[in-house]
Amino acid sequence: MAETPATPGPGAFGATEASAATGTTAPASRSVGATIELEGLTKRYPGSALPAVDNVTMDIRAGETVVLVGPSGCGKSTTLKMINRLIEPTGGRIRIGGEDVTHMDPVRLRRKIGYAIQASGLFPHMTVAQNIALVPRMLRWPAARVRARVEEMLDLVGLDPGEFHGRYPRQLSGGQQQRVGVARALAADPPVLLMDEPFGAVDPITRDHLQDELIRLQRDLHKTIVFVTHDFDEAIKIGDRIAVLRERSHIAQFDTPEAILTNPADDFVSGFVGAGAALKRLNLTRVRDVEITDYPTVTVDDPLQHIFNRLRAGGTNEILLLDKQGRPYKWLRRGDLMRAKGSLARAGTLVHDTVTRDATLRDALEAVLTDNTGRVAVTGRRGAYEGVVDVETLMNSVHELLEADRLEAREAQHELEEQRAAQTHAAQEGFGGEAKA
Amino acid sequence: MNFWEYLGNRHQQLLADAFQHASAVFQCMVVATVLGVLIGVATYRSEWAGNLATTATATLLTIPALAMIGLLIPVVGLGVPPTVIALTLYGLLPIVRNSIVGLRGVDPSLVDAAKGIGMSRVTRLARVELPLAWPPILTGIRVSTQMLMGIAAIAAYASGPGLGNLIFRGIASLGSKNALNQVLAGTLGIIVLALLFDAAYVLIGRLTIPRGIRG
Repeated sequence: MAETPATPGPGAFGATEASAATGTTAPASRSVGATIELEGLTKRYPGSALPAVDNVTMDIRAGETVVLVGPSGCGKSTTLKMINRLIEPTGGRIRIGGEDVTHMDPVRLRRKIGYAIQASGLFPHMTVAQNIALVPRMLRWPAARVRARVEEMLDLVGLDPGEFHGRYPRQLSGGQQQRVGVARALAADPPVLLMDEPFGAVDPITRDHLQDELIRLQRDLHKTIVFVTHDFDEAIKIGDRIAVLRERSHIAQFDTPEAILTNPADDFVSGFVGAGAALKRLNLTRVRDVEITDYPTVTVDDPLQHIFNRLRAGGTNEILLLDKQGRPYKWLRRGDLMRAKGSLARAGTLVHDTVTRDATLRDALEAVLTDNTGRVAVTGRRGAYEGVVDVETLMNSVHELLEADRLEAREAQHELEEQRAAQTHAAQEGFGGEAKA
Repeated sequence: MNFWEYLGNRHQQLLADAFQHASAVFQCMVVATVLGVLIGVATYRSEWAGNLATTATATLLTIPALAMIGLLIPVVGLGVPPTVIALTLYGLLPIVRNSIVGLRGVDPSLVDAAKGIGMSRVTRLARVELPLAWPPILTGIRVSTQMLMGIAAIAAYASGPGLGNLIFRGIASLGSKNALNQVLAGTLGIIVLALLFDAAYVLIGRLTIPRGIRG
């Protein structure tokens, strides 16, 4: 054991610095994420032949969100609970921020690690404020600071402090309870946040909202988040990296969502990714990443003659009519104006759907398909027109993305294989050495 | 002398007896509650220890009260000691059982959450498990009190305090002028006391069960 070189690698340090640098801009919080290193983590229950978690080694960078995903019973929850030692590992080591916490006092350790669970785990006999204040109080923060922190946390998770402060958990909806659960987990400003299927018990729409909120929070806070779920779509949405686990918590693949979608390591992973990997890939790219083209436009204030001229002059069948504020209003076809006898009010088809630059390509595709013009208008501030994305652009971008992903994944896989080979080699050497000694 | 005249003549004596009765029951309940909850806390986490505690206290309850006090007299003498010991032992069962049931009934995910946010064993018990188990424990205390009210009457057999003295005196002098009045006054006094205590428990419940878990 002593010979095992404990080098976190240059990547880990790089990430620490990077997130520390960006973290200084986060107003709500002082501490940013810490690295988590799991080294040969094993849990063996007495009386069962096979370990529940078998030799998990994983390096989690500071400030990144890692999702453990896998079928039920694969040991992902057990792995998570070993990080804050709710389940004591029977073998291996855990290091958080470089510090070995495998034998640290678990109570002290857990106060430095945020923990959010399914169905929120709020204590029903305490008010929202009391729940959130628990960890700061245990850490003996002065009362005034605790009070201020509770308000700050409620604000952070989007609940009005004045309204929710004194409520009891049963007076909240499932989504609100979950928000308070996250607020409680973050109250003492821990560098690490563990989340055990936190959104498993809420309805799909609320879950979607909560996921968006978590992504928004994480953009400000840069905590190191380990998130357990059995929902692969949730994993793609939230994770910077995803670890797909098979039984006994064996890592089938540990990589970015893009790489897993485009180049699953084996049949198990591709089975888990499920059908429609290419479609899911669309969720990972934003409209801002693809080419937004210009399109002939006119405004409602333009004289009719001008509109006719533009229609005739432009090489397109249609023209986009903007309202007085410059927002997309109607698609006008060549024949439309004739049929409507020159009245703009009756001509053309209304624009149903627009997207912003932050929308995902999936949203864009959805809009293109519903708006049957083959393109969707992109809007900026206050809904003002900025350009369009058409179906060809979308197709080409997706094609290019998938191609690039595939290349990258292949390289990564290659590296991984080399690494594994080296590890196996080292392990064999190591065992041999010990046996001799 | 009819019953009302009897009450009017003897009300001072009756009140003194009633007060002693109530005070004996109350003090024994405090001891039984402390002991019962402690036994519950010590045993609820292990299957067999919890069952052992429940069975042991249930067995105590099957001993007839008269026999229990009779057996205690040669050991601890007459008067207050056998009364207190007997009442405390009888009061244990509902409290121990409800403590164990209540503590075992706390949602495991809440215990998990309490551990996960860094509560020590003692904090967890004091801040989460006992408050959540409190409603069933309080019910146990209520049941215990009702039971002890009746059993305390038998303490008079060992020259103990309370309304039991009236009942025993009345039974011993059946046929005499005031015999029936005495038995009646003792019995009704116990019933009234029991009702008063029960009202007090409702009030205690209102004051001590947090709003978030009140049914």
